[in-house]
Amino acid sequence: MRLQSTGDGVSADQTPRRTADNARTGIMRQVLLKPTVGPLIVLLLFCAVFSLATHTFLAAGNLSLVVQQSVIVGTLAIGQTMIILTAGVDLANGGIAVLGTIVAGRLVAEQQNPALFSLLFALILCTGFGMVAGLLVSRLTLPPFIVTLGLLGIITAITRLVAHGGAFPVTDDLLAWPGNAFAVGDASITYGMVIMFGLYLLVWYLLTQTAWGRHIYAIGNNREAARLVGIPVQSRLLSVYTFAGLLYGIGSWLALGRIPNADPNALQNANLDSITAVVIGGTSLFGGRGSLWGTLIGTLIVAVLRNGLTLTGIDPLWQDLVTGILVISAVALDQVSKRKQR
Amino acid sequence: MKVEQKPVLPPLGTVVLEARGIVKRYGHVTALGGADLELVAGEVLAIVGDNGAGKSTLIKVLCGAVVPDEGQVLLDGAPVHFRNPLDARKRGIETVYQDLAVAPALDIATNLFLGRELRRRGPVGSWFRLLDKNRMRREAQREMDELKFHLPSIDSPVEKLSGGQRQGVAVARAAIFARRLVIMDEPTAALGVRESGQVLNLIRSIRDRGLPVILISHDMPHVFEVADRIQIMRLGRRVALTTPQRHSMSEVVAIMTGAARGDEQTSPA
Amino acid sequence: MRIATETPVMFYDAAACGAGARDKLPTSQRTTSERGSWRSYRRIAIALLATVSAATLFVGASTVANAAGDEILIGLVTKTEVNPYFVKLRQAAAAEAEKQGAKLIARFGKFDGDNEGQVAAVEDLISAGVKGILITPNNSTGMLGVIKKARDKGILVIALDTATDPADAVDATLATDNFEAGLLQGQYARKALDDKTPKLAMLDGTPGGSVDVQRHDGFLKGFGLKEGDPAIVGKQITHGAQDQGQTAMENLLTAHPDINVVYTVNEPAAEGAYAAIKARGKLNDIVLTSIDGGRLGVQYVNAGKIAATVMQFPKIMATRGVDYVVDYAKTGKKPSGFINTGASLITDKPFSDLPSKDTKWGLENCWG
Repeated sequence: MRLQSTGDGVSADQTPRRTADNARTGIMRQVLLKPTVGPLIVLLLFCAVFSLATHTFLAAGNLSLVVQQSVIVGTLAIGQTMIILTAGVDLANGGIAVLGTIVAGRLVAEQQNPALFSLLFALILCTGFGMVAGLLVSRLTLPPFIVTLGLLGIITAITRLVAHGGAFPVTDDLLAWPGNAFAVGDASITYGMVIMFGLYLLVWYLLTQTAWGRHIYAIGNNREAARLVGIPVQSRLLSVYTFAGLLYGIGSWLALGRIPNADPNALQNANLDSITAVVIGGTSLFGGRGSLWGTLIGTLIVAVLRNGLTLTGIDPLWQDLVTGILVISAVALDQVSKRKQR
Repeated sequence: MKVEQKPVLPPLGTVVLEARGIVKRYGHVTALGGADLELVAGEVLAIVGDNGAGKSTLIKVLCGAVVPDEGQVLLDGAPVHFRNPLDARKRGIETVYQDLAVAPALDIATNLFLGRELRRRGPVGSWFRLLDKNRMRREAQREMDELKFHLPSIDSPVEKLSGGQRQGVAVARAAIFARRLVIMDEPTAALGVRESGQVLNLIRSIRDRGLPVILISHDMPHVFEVADRIQIMRLGRRVALTTPQRHSMSEVVAIMTGAARGDEQTSPA
Repeated sequence: MRIATETPVMFYDAAACGAGARDKLPTSQRTTSERGSWRSYRRIAIALLATVSAATLFVGASTVANAAGDEILIGLVTKTEVNPYFVKLRQAAAAEAEKQGAKLIARFGKFDGDNEGQVAAVEDLISAGVKGILITPNNSTGMLGVIKKARDKGILVIALDTATDPADAVDATLATDNFEAGLLQGQYARKALDDKTPKLAMLDGTPGGSVDVQRHDGFLKGFGLKEGDPAIVGKQITHGAQDQGQTAMENLLTAHPDINVVYTVNEPAAEGAYAAIKARGKLNDIVLTSIDGGRLGVQYVNAGKIAATVMQFPKIMATRGVDYVVDYAKTGKKPSGFINTGASLITDKPFSDLPSKDTKWGLENCWG
């Protein structure tokens, strides 16, 4: 018995109904489904709440302060976003940045090296560690969680070795430059903020306007498919981790600019903080989905929350509570939308 | 065994792809023990066979995913050696894999051009590596229209599509880039009646465009619907070559399982 | 992703009747099941909004309740919330602020050594418009920049318990003179030992900590020994923790069974040392001394576990700090320099020529 096929493609009378359906439910859903809208709403909501609760929140000086406070984690979170988009995770980003501050600090302070050399050395060192992680993940296909966890331990030990003692001030002009600020009205804009925004723009461009970026999303979304269509998966993964290392190096410069103190104890929670920012910003931990701007919004949400709670004198335990709720909600929404698609 | 030699068909045209005596062993298991194949211009050739007959392995050799231990592959009469799927693609052979190889979260146009993205012309494209998204969308839409394959929107993510539509996207991707032929691995497996029909139409469209198609399928009705010739494999070799007109489905199944002997057998070259 | 079955399908595709059926229907018939997931999507969004609205109400309520625009705001940034010493400090400050009719905004570092958390907290407090900030810095140099910012804005900055480096980076420091505290401990230990030849074991805290160094040196001065004297038979690091104190004491007793006097940097270390001494049955042979003056520590002295301890007065640090800020807000008067909040020897076996207080007094005035 033979089956007859019932027509060629989608028959004409079905198409209009489909588009009509989309028109009815489509726009609302499409807007809400854009990954950054949710986090943006939360951010604006928090800002609204705090500006109603106290007159000190909405001041230009305070708002620029909040952004200043987001610069370090915000920059680290750029690398974290790229890595999470490939379905990986980086637990060593804070450690790499701290090592950068210690190395640059000691080269300048103790051994009287020129600042530019010290900075470049630190940048190359951080990029190098990023590359090591990338090689382990791409060539040996080791799980990124484990690789970066182990790397973190190694880097922490090296940091303590290099710092031998405790924190020390780093007062060099070049290294402290990202902390210098210029006034725009009442707001104080640091060069670190400018650099951070510049980096966000650059990486946004790479992720959304180049083939490399598409490959990153594809690798995170369906690695096997990426391989089959000829994307050089190993090379792309290596480039992501290496580039992230460079970003962490820049992060260490921004850290020295903000607090001119090289402290081996610093940025201990930066890895989790950056993951929090990425997740709250709507990027999926499973890879392949998300927006870099969401990460920036996620970073700002955490900073606004902390700042607002202090301004209103509310117990800081609410910070951890609300952050935890946001993270779980973000992941839950991600899961629901995933189930919806299947 | 005495075999009766009968010509398969009068040749439709030139042989585009040929495989002679392909042998592939995995340890003690012989996946292919001297398999042959000829793909003629303008046809749809279906490869059928029971589990372990060697269909998938032969396909993988043809598309470059597997390197054979012995034997030859000839494209347009000239021998070729594919070390990886990229080699085969460069020669104009496109493959539609069984699991489709699409990134579900990305949109249709992106998936069509995945790995072969178009960049803007001029310095903007070469220095800044800027993608030409509009051109890709237009080409993707044009391809879909040419194949008479209608989708809600070229910008919708692949995961929003039904199974058949996704298959259609994978097939369209092969159709866009194939220059010599298209290989398909189980294109209608796990698709329903209506969607299979859509995909079979796509296959016909591709053939009518001048790209011959090799397809593997377990689905006899679909094979009989779309194939011009049927190659039956068993135990790593070709045991018969026929057409939907010459044999019935049950006869083909019988040859597949060895219950009946193929009345055409080709001896290893 | 569909995984194709391997069994040959002879005639009809069985999958048409299976779980994948929904995907093959046109949109209009798909809507019902799609609506299901859209519903759960909406539910979560609504839950989120509800939470945030509740938070809004809470914030609104609490600020309305406290809405006194002329209230004096005081900021307090402690090292961590983990160490009970700093918890008591914070609580004392909060109580004093309430008594004075001021509002205390208390923040703390996430871990011992967390400099950035404290810097961010001070920045936020400056934004909040506090009149004064009380800090116990995790890092004596890391806060200098932000402290200057605060003082430039006319905010009074007082260091509590731990000095900055340099110490004049803040307006004033309210702390224990740790050298003096060590001195008292050493003087007592020497007297308690009578004329026996001293065999001294020293259980130190964290290497490089200024507090630890000062107590150590003060003890030696009060005891009458110089660093390196052979009477010091052993030194160990405890990080001020009980378990490490116990291990350290055990090791020292093994190496030098004739130890007869022990210096400990704080009471948790002393508790650990006590357990080791008791296990060796040497309770009557060793004079055990300590510093801190928490409730537990005074109870140890009361129970005879420790011969004497030196009490600190974090409550005084906290309350006087708050008072200074209130005073500054009202009159503009600033305190300056190092203000010693005192150290008191606590023991039930006093010596007439060494002033001390007994444990009854101790329990009334301790910070625990």
